[in-house]
Amino acid sequence: MTDEQTANREGGRPPSDTATDTLDLWVAGTEEPEFQPTDEGTQEFGPDESEARLDDQFGRVITDDYVFDDEVEEEERMVVNMGPQHPSTHGVLRLQLELEGEVIRRTKPIIGYLHTGMEKTAEQLTFSQGPTNVTRMDYLAPLHCELAFSLAVERLLDIEVPPRAAAIRVLLTELNRVSSHLVALATNGMDIGALSMMIYGFRERESILAFFEKSTGLRMNHNFIRPGGTAADLAPGWKDDVAAILEDLPKRLDQYDDLLKRNPIWLARTEGVGVITAEEAIAESITGPALRATGVEWDLRKAFPYSGIEQYEFDVPVGENGDVYDRYRVRVEEIKESLKIVSQVMDTMPSGDYRIDDRKITPPPRARIDESMEALIHHFKLFTEGFKVPPGETYVAVESPRGELGCYLVSDGEARPHRMHTRAPSFYNLQALPIAMADSLVADTVATIASMDPVMGDVDR
Amino acid sequence: MSPLLEHLAGAFESVEWEESHGQDVAHVSNEDWAAFAEAAKEAGFEVCVDVTAVDWLRQRPQRFEVVANLLSMSQMTRLRMITAVGREDPTVASLTPVWPGANFAEREVYDMFGIVFAGHPDLTRILMPDDWEGHPLRKDFAVGVVPVQFKDSHQVR
Repeated sequence: MTDEQTANREGGRPPSDTATDTLDLWVAGTEEPEFQPTDEGTQEFGPDESEARLDDQFGRVITDDYVFDDEVEEEERMVVNMGPQHPSTHGVLRLQLELEGEVIRRTKPIIGYLHTGMEKTAEQLTFSQGPTNVTRMDYLAPLHCELAFSLAVERLLDIEVPPRAAAIRVLLTELNRVSSHLVALATNGMDIGALSMMIYGFRERESILAFFEKSTGLRMNHNFIRPGGTAADLAPGWKDDVAAILEDLPKRLDQYDDLLKRNPIWLARTEGVGVITAEEAIAESITGPALRATGVEWDLRKAFPYSGIEQYEFDVPVGENGDVYDRYRVRVEEIKESLKIVSQVMDTMPSGDYRIDDRKITPPPRARIDESMEALIHHFKLFTEGFKVPPGETYVAVESPRGELGCYLVSDGEARPHRMHTRAPSFYNLQALPIAMADSLVADTVATIASMDPVMGDVDR
Repeated sequence: MSPLLEHLAGAFESVEWEESHGQDVAHVSNEDWAAFAEAAKEAGFEVCVDVTAVDWLRQRPQRFEVVANLLSMSQMTRLRMITAVGREDPTVASLTPVWPGANFAEREVYDMFGIVFAGHPDLTRILMPDDWEGHPLRKDFAVGVVPVQFKDSHQVR
C-alpha cells in the first residue's frame, strides 16, 4: 500500500500534492495547520482618492455627472422606441426617445394603438344609448364621462334633473375621483419601485369599486348616469357603505403619507423630476392635477360648477414646483377634498326622484308597464327609437380626475347625435411629456409618465 | 356679452355672434381665423381648450365646420369660435402659432376629417395608422361591419 492510499483510508489529506498545498484545507482528525493572518481588514482606498471623490462615494456630496456636451456627434444620438408594449406606459403609449447616452433630448408620443372610433360609434347610437359608449372612454373615471355626456344632452333638451339625481351624481363622481387617484398613486408607486403602494392603492380602490358594484351593478363601465337622471336609486344601506369608506380611507391615507411623503428614495426619484412650469402648462392646454401642481388654482368645479357641486365646501389643492412630487401631493390632497364632498353629500342627500318625471326622456317604472298602455308605449318607443333632441350644439365640461373632460355635442333634431366629440384630458396632457422629459434621464421617464396619469382609452377613444 | 367680447366684436365687424345655450359663439370667416385667434388671445383667452370639426355633408353649402373652444381663466369665460370650411379646399389656418396646445387636436381633426391646417408644424395622422385611406369621421365614410358567423350557421335545414 502506497503512502497516498494509506492517507486516504485514514481520512487524512494526501501528502505533498501541489494543488492541495495551496488550498491549505484542514481535514478533521489531522494536525491543524498554522494560522495565517490576511490583510483583508487593513485595506484602504487607493492613494489617489481625494477627499472630494470620497465625499461623492459616501453620498455626502451629490455631483451631477450628467452634464452633457453640446457638441455631440450626430452618431452618438440614438432613437429608442419605448412601448407600446412597455409595462410602464400605462397601456399602449409609445414614446420615441432621442437619447444622448442617458439623457433624453427629444420625445415624441405616438398614440392611436387603442383607437376604436368611439366618436364614430356615438353617431350610430341614440342619446339614451350614448352613455354605454362614452363610459368606456376613460375607463378609470367612467362616471365622469357619463356625466359630461348626460349634462350636454340635458342642456340641449333644456331640462334640469331633480336635486336627488344631482346629489347622487356628485356622490358617485367624487368617489370615482378617489378611486381613480388611488390607481394613479398605486401605479406611480409601482413605476418608481414603491411596490407596497401598488398593493395598498388597489386594495383601497377595491372598497370603492365594491360600493359601485352594489349601486350600479358593475365595477366599471357603469352606464348609471344617463340623460334625465340616473339609472336607479342608490342601493338600500348605501349610507353605511359610504360611512365605512369615509371611516377607513383617511386612516389609510395617513399610512401612505408615512410610506411616501418623506421617504428619501421617493423624494429623490420625484422631486425636481418632470418639471412643467405654469406658462408651459397653460400654453399646452394641460388641465387637472398636472396644471394645479404648477401652482395654478383652476378647477372647473369652482369655475363652472355643474350638478349642484357649488353647494358643498371644498378646497382646491395646488402645488408649487410642477414636478412629479407635487403632482403626487396634489392627488393625495384631492382625495381628502373629495372625501369631504362625499361626506357632505351623504349628510344632505335630498329625498325625491332620482330622474326627471318626463316619460319622453326616462323610461316608466317597471310596475307601470303592466298597468298602463301609455307606459308600455313610452317604454317601447324609448328603447327602440330613443328620444329626439332639438337641433343645436353645446360644449359641457366636467372636472375629471385627469382634467377638463368636455363633451361637444351637435344635434340636428334626430334621435342620434350628429356629432359627439369628447375633449379628453389625457390626450392633451400627453402634450406635456416632451416638455417635462426634455434633458432628463431615461430612468425618470417612467416616473414622469406615471405622474401625468394618462389613460390610453381616454387618449385614443 | 362681456366687455372682453365687446372689444373683440368691435375689432372684427364680419364676425357673427350667437348665443348657444348660454355660451358665446363667434362665427368667424375662414380668412379671419388666425387673426381672430390672435386677437382673442390678446383679449385674455389664454387656453385653447379644444379643436374639433363637424361634417355637414349635404346639409350645408360649406361642408365642414372647424370648432375651437377657448377659455379665459382670469375672466372665467368661455368662447367658441367656429369657421366654415369648403369641400374643394378644406384648408384653414393653424392655431398652433397662437396656442401650442392645439397641436394634437388639429392633428386629430386632420386625421379624422382631412381638414388641412396651414402652418401646422407636424400635420400627420395621429390616431389612425399612417397608411390609412380616408378620413373616418366624415359622414360618407361607411361604418365598418364585421360579418357574424353564428354557430352551426352552415347547416341549412
